[in-house]
Amino acid sequence: MTDGGVGVLRCENLVLQQGAFSLRADVVFPRGEAVALIGPSGAGKSTLLAGLAGFLAPVSGRVIFDDVDVTDAEPGKRPISMLFQDNNLFPHLSAAQNVGLGLRPDLRLTVEQREQVTVALAEVGLAGLDDRRPAALSGGQQSRVALARVLVADRPVVLLDEPFSALGPALKDEMLDLVKSKLVAAGKTVVMVTHDPADARRIADMVALVDAGEVHAPVATDVLFNNPPAALRAYLG
Amino acid sequence: MAHSLVPVTPRWPGAAAAALVLVLTVGTLGAVAWRAEWVGGLAPADWAAVRFTLVQALLSALLSVLLAIPVARALARRSFYGRDLLITLLGAPFLLPVIVAVLGILAIFGRGGLLNDGLVWLGFQPVSIFGLHGVVLAHVFFNMPLAVRFILQGWLSIPAERFRLVASLNAPVGRLLEWPMLRSVVPSTFLVIFLICLTSFAVALTMGGGPRATTVELAIYQAVRFDFDLGRAALLACIQFGLCVVAAALAWGLTGNDPMGVGMDRVVQRWDLPRPVMDYAVITMAALFLLLPLGMIVVRGLPAFTDMPVTVWAAALRSLCVAIGSAALCVLMALALALRGGAMVSVVGVMPLAASGLVVGTGAFLIVFPFVRPADVALLVTMLVNATLALPFALRAIAPTVDQINQSYGRLGLALDMRGWTWLRWVVLPRLRRPLGFAAGLAAALSMGDLGVIALFAGQGQETLPLAMYRLMGAYRMETAASAALLLVVLSFALFWICDRWGRGRVEM
Repeated sequence: MTDGGVGVLRCENLVLQQGAFSLRADVVFPRGEAVALIGPSGAGKSTLLAGLAGFLAPVSGRVIFDDVDVTDAEPGKRPISMLFQDNNLFPHLSAAQNVGLGLRPDLRLTVEQREQVTVALAEVGLAGLDDRRPAALSGGQQSRVALARVLVADRPVVLLDEPFSALGPALKDEMLDLVKSKLVAAGKTVVMVTHDPADARRIADMVALVDAGEVHAPVATDVLFNNPPAALRAYLG
Repeated sequence: MAHSLVPVTPRWPGAAAAALVLVLTVGTLGAVAWRAEWVGGLAPADWAAVRFTLVQALLSALLSVLLAIPVARALARRSFYGRDLLITLLGAPFLLPVIVAVLGILAIFGRGGLLNDGLVWLGFQPVSIFGLHGVVLAHVFFNMPLAVRFILQGWLSIPAERFRLVASLNAPVGRLLEWPMLRSVVPSTFLVIFLICLTSFAVALTMGGGPRATTVELAIYQAVRFDFDLGRAALLACIQFGLCVVAAALAWGLTGNDPMGVGMDRVVQRWDLPRPVMDYAVITMAALFLLLPLGMIVVRGLPAFTDMPVTVWAAALRSLCVAIGSAALCVLMALALALRGGAMVSVVGVMPLAASGLVVGTGAFLIVFPFVRPADVALLVTMLVNATLALPFALRAIAPTVDQINQSYGRLGLALDMRGWTWLRWVVLPRLRRPLGFAAGLAAALSMGDLGVIALFAGQGQETLPLAMYRLMGAYRMETAASAALLLVVLSFALFWICDRWGRGRVEM
């Protein structure tokens, strides 16, 4: 599961239901590609991520990773790391502890693993801030800690549910570039929710439109934006 | 397969806690109902006890609320030096051991108290405190502050803009704002106090007694201790339970607000105020009524403090052990129940509110009696019962934070594959520290001061500090009793303070 290998993530006739809202997905997220989910609010982007991550049990259909059916696997047992919109860090734990959770949830780290945490923090630009609590870090630095945890967890799929939306534009771009250089470049399959076509253009190889209860197949970013289908045109305005 | 949205913790601790609560409430009640001698029905003396119980609770609740209204009004609209301290002090009687307060009241109003000294000096006959008016007086001492806090909260919940609007209309504040507020707050306050007075045992034991001033709880105690008529005790316990359930159901339905939680530090700007003399007079009277008896404990208890017999110190040690054990058990149960969550847990959590110490105690007595000498398990049973009776308060302090932790961090914990002990150790316990400390302090202080079950069970060798105090008072060793009271009150508040302080220890959250 944490072998660092790349993977292909497939939704087979997946139907997710939240209250009266239901979402259908029959798509493939190719290995090692960054895919942006774009579409209007309430279209079901976050619902899809919740279904992929295992927080929402599907009504029918399957989630398959590398030919293994993970539909019934618990969230923590899937080959997936996820960053949420907020509450990605435990405020009472230090930056190093928050990162260490990605290696061992019970934080019984070996010397090598501690070293690995320090290296990961340095890699996201937080060298020397290991002992800081999140409250003593800026918003951008907090996002970097969460990203460092994704790095050490080293799971093949990374889901981003707009974790940088509270940051200013410059900081957000900085974080997206970091995602690109650290995760996409390392061959992770990245699925990210966004409202902003610019975000998609910045790091995504492909874009999947989510609209009217349906997840459309991912299309190469340039192709899609140069010749948007009607639904996307309506959204982009 | 649907997943839980919070990291899974084992379910058995919650089930075990629920089972223990059920045994101690429903189980003891079953034992009581089974042993009750229904045949003879109620003797005239039992009817008198029921009547007295209702009358004293009614009078106590009525007087507490009536006296509290002007005090709350004065506190709501006057700002003065020491106001915050006074409001904090109004919360203290909740933790104050009943027997200590009784001794303090006796020092003012009792035979040889300040009041009678004054009356005799003026050439009048001394008055006796014992009986209905003594019971009511003690209950008012305890519950008037509680009522003030409830009603003050009601006053402060009226938005400041309303007062401004009413002032600009030159309309009567009383009829437009205060009367509707009182109409919604006073009935629930009245019922809560009525329920508390219904189950009050220690006050009736010390201030009442005799055929004309015996509550049902006291009658249970006398049936067990003096007559050893377990069938009659059980029958009385059934009656007491019935009374409590009705009152608790009424009170629970009417109360939603929590007087402990909300800040009371603001004074609303008003435009309709008469001259402040009356308000300050009311506040001064209330403060004297609360502080004088406590002051007398210090004055009378301090001189003989170092001369206390070793038995009192031994009792204090026993009480400390019971209180710490009870607090630990109570907090563990509350934590297990809060983590399990669900409707069943909320029912289990409020059940002890309808139970009374003496009913549970009688049931426990009936259960253990065939197997062991009740005196041998006196401290253990006291600890269990105290933990259970404090559980609703502990649960109310802990459960909201547990819910909040699950809501904010449940998904993150799941995504990181944190579960069981790992989830508890790294997330729940650190974030729950503050309410845990508060709940533990509350449970410890309540257990420390409790004089209920222990009176039913204890022989000579197992007395706790409140019981030792009661026996000293019974032997008219008032100086020593006052010293023991001082020790008891210091220990109770120290336990609360230490636990609460521990909870606040970590500043950054």
